[in-house]
Amino acid sequence: MNKDIVSIIQKDQLYNLMLKGKRADGRAFDETREIKIETGVIEKAEGSARVEIGDTKIIAGVKISPGTPFPDTPDVGVIITSLELIPLASPEFESGPPREKAVELARVTDRGIRESGAIDLKKMCIIEGEKVWMIFIDIHVLDDGGNIMDAAALGSIAALLTATIPAERYGLGEDAPLPIRDIPVSVTAVDIGGGIVFDPSLEEERVANTKLTVISNQEGAIAGMQKSGNGSLSPDQINHIVEVACKKAQDIREKFLEI
Amino acid sequence: MTDKPEKFIDENGIRSDGRRANEIRDVKIEVGVLSRADGSCYLEFGKNKVMAAVYGPREVHPRHQQKSNRAIVRYKYNMASFSVEDRKRPGPDRRSIEVSKVSREALENQIFTEYFPKSAIDIFVEVLQADAGTRTAALNAASVALADAGIPMRSLVSACAVGKVDDTLVLDLNKNEDNYGQADVPIAMTPDGKITLLQMDGHLTPEEFKQGLEMAQEGCRQVYELQRKALIDYYSKKTEVVTEATTAEDVKKDAPEEPEDVTPVDVTEDTEETEKIDDTNEIGVTKETDDTKEPGDTKATGDTEETEDTVKTGDVEELEDSGEEVPETGKNADETYGQMDESEEETSNE
Repeated sequence: MNKDIVSIIQKDQLYNLMLKGKRADGRAFDETREIKIETGVIEKAEGSARVEIGDTKIIAGVKISPGTPFPDTPDVGVIITSLELIPLASPEFESGPPREKAVELARVTDRGIRESGAIDLKKMCIIEGEKVWMIFIDIHVLDDGGNIMDAAALGSIAALLTATIPAERYGLGEDAPLPIRDIPVSVTAVDIGGGIVFDPSLEEERVANTKLTVISNQEGAIAGMQKSGNGSLSPDQINHIVEVACKKAQDIREKFLEI
Repeated sequence: MTDKPEKFIDENGIRSDGRRANEIRDVKIEVGVLSRADGSCYLEFGKNKVMAAVYGPREVHPRHQQKSNRAIVRYKYNMASFSVEDRKRPGPDRRSIEVSKVSREALENQIFTEYFPKSAIDIFVEVLQADAGTRTAALNAASVALADAGIPMRSLVSACAVGKVDDTLVLDLNKNEDNYGQADVPIAMTPDGKITLLQMDGHLTPEEFKQGLEMAQEGCRQVYELQRKALIDYYSKKTEVVTEATTAEDVKKDAPEEPEDVTPVDVTEDTEETEKIDDTNEIGVTKETDDTKEPGDTKATGDTEETEDTVKTGDVEELEDSGEEVPETGKNADETYGQMDESEEETSNE
């Protein structure tokens, strides 16, 4: 209840700012917050990354181990992505099994990695039909400052880029870097009273009815999309978000490739 | 599962199931098919078969979920274990949780939830057979079921997918195209063009997406016309019959000034009806008899034409049978509450 009232007041304030072409933190509508990426933060994991977007902090860990492939895809590796909104990240998060918000974030992150073909899964087969490498991507949200989605997607690909296949540990040959072919980047925008703002902060996310995430690949094509929230968007708004998101993703990727 | 075909579209631009790129599959919509639900819809979209039911506005369980200023909307998408080739493990998985979330969000804003504070509108969709595009089929059915339940809405929501196979954009993917295609974009929109659901996976350039979005909008418009037609057909038939029935009853009765004691001829029918209800719950009989009259009337409505043709006594039984299948919210008010508790318990267990 309390939260609802606050968000109505905030909605008013942010809407009025939007009409003047401003955002609460002074950013331009299509300006993202500062991004920090640090990789190799967890030695025990095969790959890891800590990502900060403004106040938002997430940590992504990749574990790789041999396992049985799915019967319908006997010759490719397996990706399993999960995301937890642990209670230390926000007073609104509760412990327990992932709720729909966490499930959605995990599935959209997974979609970006999978559909862009970021990992060459054919190379992750050890013995067809019997043994393949299983890649577990686990994302822990440490601080919810808004736009967990983009941070999670960024964290997962950053962790994968630095991951090694622990073949020696399992007596399966030499360790090798994970075969990465593409770098999907997720860019999210929200609709605040008709104005589209990118990389929403927590308060923007809270007052917005509609959110659209666009995940694009290296060549600027779209690999995944997800509309979230109970509002609606016009085709023009969607096309605008797609256009800006693909461009933004390219910028982020360039910065990103330097690591 | 069938293997990937060499070509999805032949040289004449015809797809494996005989459609052109911009054609949707055959759609069949039946309104008001369930007796206990406040609104329901059975829908077939190609080989997809889905059943949607709407309950509410009704009390919120668990109570802490209720909102003081509006109704909450709950949407549950569930796939039957036999709906797919390899048996699906029953119960919600991560996929159906996500589908339920985005589908709810696609409908929520079209419902005037502010009219029903502290209540819940529950939408249940059961996928009985799946053949690519179940979330759009489910959403189409749910939207019609909401209308059938008489829930005030800003508009219907119509959904359709667009995808890419053989580097060509196609509307409403079939199973093979979905499994082996290059992209899948489920979209839902309102008749005035607001997009309320949008997901995408695969590979599309921004130009292709733009074009695909236009195709999908056209698909949604076609679906909308079908939904609208199904609702109009169902309700126009219903009202016609009701008017006929009232006149027929009036002639029989010959005593319209005493509405409390109508149908003295059908005493047997009434008592039987009351007995039945007494079995299920034991609440004041007097009130019950009042209620039973209503369905009695409507029952007659269902089969007026037959009544005129056949012998009266034989008819009473027939009418009762059919009457039970007619969704009648007034009749089973108490029973409905009983059932509500059950189903809510189920939900809270998860």
